[in-house]
Amino acid sequence: MSLLSVRDAAQVYTTRRGLFGGRVDVRAVDGVSFDVAPGQTLGIVGESGCGKSTTGRLALGLERPSEGSVTFDGQAMPAPGTADWRAMRAKMQLVFQDPLGAMDRRLTIARQIEEPLEIHGIGDKAERAARVAALLVDVGLRADHGLRHPHELSGGQRQRAVLARALATNPSLLVCDEPVSALDVSIQAQVVNMLTDLQAARGIAMVFISHDLKVVRQVSHQVAVMYLGRIVEQGDPDALFADPAHPYTRALVSAIPVPGPRRLERIVLAGDPPNPADRPTGCAFHPRCPVAIARCRTDTPALRHSPCGRMVACHLVDTETRIAA
Amino acid sequence: MSATALPMPVTAPTHLRPRMSPLVVVAIAWIAGMILVALLAEWIRPYGITAMDLRARLTPPIGFGGTLKHVLGTDELGRDVASRLIISIRISLMIAMGATVIAAVLGTTLGFLAAHFRGWVEQIVLMLIDFQASMPFLILALSVLAFFGNALGLFIVLMGLYGWERHARISRGLAIAANAQGYAAAVRQLGARPMRIYLGHVLPNIASTLIVSATLSFPEIVLLESGLSFLGLGVQPPMTSLGNMVGYGREYLTRAPWILLAPSLVIVMTTLSVSLVGDWLRDRLDPTLT
Repeated sequence: MSLLSVRDAAQVYTTRRGLFGGRVDVRAVDGVSFDVAPGQTLGIVGESGCGKSTTGRLALGLERPSEGSVTFDGQAMPAPGTADWRAMRAKMQLVFQDPLGAMDRRLTIARQIEEPLEIHGIGDKAERAARVAALLVDVGLRADHGLRHPHELSGGQRQRAVLARALATNPSLLVCDEPVSALDVSIQAQVVNMLTDLQAARGIAMVFISHDLKVVRQVSHQVAVMYLGRIVEQGDPDALFADPAHPYTRALVSAIPVPGPRRLERIVLAGDPPNPADRPTGCAFHPRCPVAIARCRTDTPALRHSPCGRMVACHLVDTETRIAA
Repeated sequence: MSATALPMPVTAPTHLRPRMSPLVVVAIAWIAGMILVALLAEWIRPYGITAMDLRARLTPPIGFGGTLKHVLGTDELGRDVASRLIISIRISLMIAMGATVIAAVLGTTLGFLAAHFRGWVEQIVLMLIDFQASMPFLILALSVLAFFGNALGLFIVLMGLYGWERHARISRGLAIAANAQGYAAAVRQLGARPMRIYLGHVLPNIASTLIVSATLSFPEIVLLESGLSFLGLGVQPPMTSLGNMVGYGREYLTRAPWILLAPSLVIVMTTLSVSLVGDWLRDRLDPTLT
């Protein structure tokens, strides 16, 4: 039984081109489906602008999908801003990329961790204070850190404080949007370890959005690779990173720095990710794909189970079991 | 979980209070003095503001050949300048403070409404802002006063319409920025109601900017009131205000400059003090500036 279920979700933004230009639809997310079970982590990776964050916002119900549906615990997501929606916030929380921006710089850390409890009317004053103290310990902060203002903490401590606030209401789903990319590498490892420990202890379902493949590999039970608003490959992280099937995933994985001699040839993609407002026909990846065939220009490949045991959206993976690298 | 705690030793936070400069002390003392004078005006004025002493017309102040009878001298009708000044301070302070508060509350409310609802509500608020900014306020004030007559309450409300658009612009822009990314978005996704977001988080965070904006409009309102009173549309004689005194004292500028200089000095000192205290308050209210 999955906790979060996203079905064919698409998010379309409308922009104007130039002063007198017509309206242009930008499909930031285009038909994404996934499930997350309690205690499991789905990692979402992809380049900037591929729709990772929008997918996260759709999963949290912060935005309503233009198409498709999002269900949480068997219920459809209520419209943002309604009383039902507000009440539901206690069960699902977002961890931000920029912890300093996500905190009110005028309030002490303890006050901010207490805020979700206050909003959802959990406990009386003494109970809330005890819960805040327990949360500070859970995320590895000391009691006196609670008395400080956000600017008086280091980056890693701030991210811990943001995490404590997100965990205050005991949510069953956590969406982490690039939670460690603003931290330096040594702190990243600490925060990631803490996240997985907390998840194991509390059975939280997690959507972990990142462009850092190493971190995603470490935390995820499932990985989805996104390109231009679509999932191109999804499956077990170890298998996916060891033996990527989609040409885009292969290029992505080959970019991971490894010590010593490379096992895989470094694949350097030509060109930039295309403008989502001007999506290539067929497979969106075909202009940059080293192995594209004529069919890729016309037919959009669907995300299908492939012989390698993962879901892959590529015509070539369907026809042959492996493509010559 | 303590294994993942940062090993970094941390000392307890030390909050250094910003040193109060002597200038700020003087400014606060001046404002406090002005408020005290305004509150006690009826008891401390030596004479009535219309009481005429025709034998002592245009008496200079003490130290310039005047007597203790009229400390700041008298005007062309022999009315005591000190008494008139005290009552003027009360009237002008009431108008300027009332109007500043009205402008700040109205502007901030409209700004927040625009930022929260966006869409057509925002368009209407923006239209009102543009209308207010493009309309010479003096002409608007003149026509309102000409049509509706002049009562002190109406005059304060009218002055309150001056400068609200600046507050509205600031609060709308900052609230939109906070909503798009940052603390307001974070609190919203915690499940907070709009009232908590705007009054509990956005308002305290932008208060420093709004306070500075209010301290800018305070002197402007004092000067506007002076201008309107000078044109004969503000505070009506026999009532008196600082602007009113400056306006009528102008005719005796060469022969009896004290009639005009006393209220002018009060205007300059008060507006300067408000600006200084506003700056100090802004720094003081910001926990990151310690």
